[in-house]
Amino acid sequence: MAYIELSNDFPGIRGLMAYRPETAHPLNALAEVLLRDDDNTLSRGERELIATYVSYLNDCFFCQNVHGALAGHYLQCSLQEIDDMKMDAQGAPLSDKMKALMAIAASVQRSGKAVTEEQIAAAKANGATDRELHDTVLIAAAFCMFNRYVDGLGTWAPKDRNFYVNRAPQRAAEGYIATNLFQ
Amino acid sequence: MAHINVPENVPGIRSLVMFRPDAGQHLYQLAQVLLRGESPLTPAERELIATYVSHRNGCVFCTNSHAAAARSLLQNDAPIVDALLADMETAPLSEKLKALLRIAGKVQVLGKEVQQDDIDAAKQLGATDRDLHDTVLIAATFSMFNRYVDGLASLTPQDPAAYEPMGKRMAEFGYVMPEQAARV
Repeated sequence: MAYIELSNDFPGIRGLMAYRPETAHPLNALAEVLLRDDDNTLSRGERELIATYVSYLNDCFFCQNVHGALAGHYLQCSLQEIDDMKMDAQGAPLSDKMKALMAIAASVQRSGKAVTEEQIAAAKANGATDRELHDTVLIAAAFCMFNRYVDGLGTWAPKDRNFYVNRAPQRAAEGYIATNLFQ
Repeated sequence: MAHINVPENVPGIRSLVMFRPDAGQHLYQLAQVLLRGESPLTPAERELIATYVSHRNGCVFCTNSHAAAARSLLQNDAPIVDALLADMETAPLSEKLKALLRIAGKVQVLGKEVQQDDIDAAKQLGATDRDLHDTVLIAATFSMFNRYVDGLASLTPQDPAAYEPMGKRMAEFGYVMPEQAARV
């Protein structure tokens, strides 16, 4: 169980959000605009894949499974295919632009300062726009927050990975804001 | 030069949220609730946690701006900020706040670094669940802000004096989106 008394049994970040709705509101609104808003040239699947990759690098079980299942749902990939992508992004069947963005996300996971001019230039040469670079960096940075929030307070997570896969279609449909914090 | 085409001569995160206000508004709201909203930790204590994490992440813009905000809030006790930046363990802070800062330091490394022993130590020194929650979320949030600011190479003023008015504004008005601030 979590390190603090949450007075609820929800797993992962959902337990924290029900405990503290005042911070849950901007956190969910941020996730919605970054990952799900359709005003974006990166697909929902591509953005969830960046979130999954960073959560994997941060070894956050809950986040990499929630977002991996959503990425699989949007990209129509199996759990195994998503696992292969997060474990070897540069060898994955992704566009050169996505590989360049994934490399930047991996740098952000280590430190903001780890992003190099060469990585930015490579992404731009493969067609990445400023908005795509911005969103890649902010999604990677945001998951360095979400992952730390979830693991830093010792929240619990369902161990059965199919739990996340089965829930993904409903989560994709309802989005991050409409989620009732207390259900 | 920033990695992307953000407004010129606007420093740090302000230039990034002006580039993408749809996301920026939620970042500012998060900072406002977390650093100025209802909490058992004072705004100055929360700014010290933000400063400490930013310093450990080597983010010059966030360290200097939140250090300036903390100095402004602490008034006569402002030298605490520099003592913290020099050495947290010997700084003139309560034992409870030091225990919370140790947890923040672990969160800065990775969420999983925080162990039950760290939590128990803070609780024995009087930390409540809300103290612990807010400490972990502030440390996590600055692990995001620091990466956002440096990952896009946003403008970082080198003159320490440039941060004083920023800190005063953050202490007085809190976290207000740049274009809203311009209308005040």
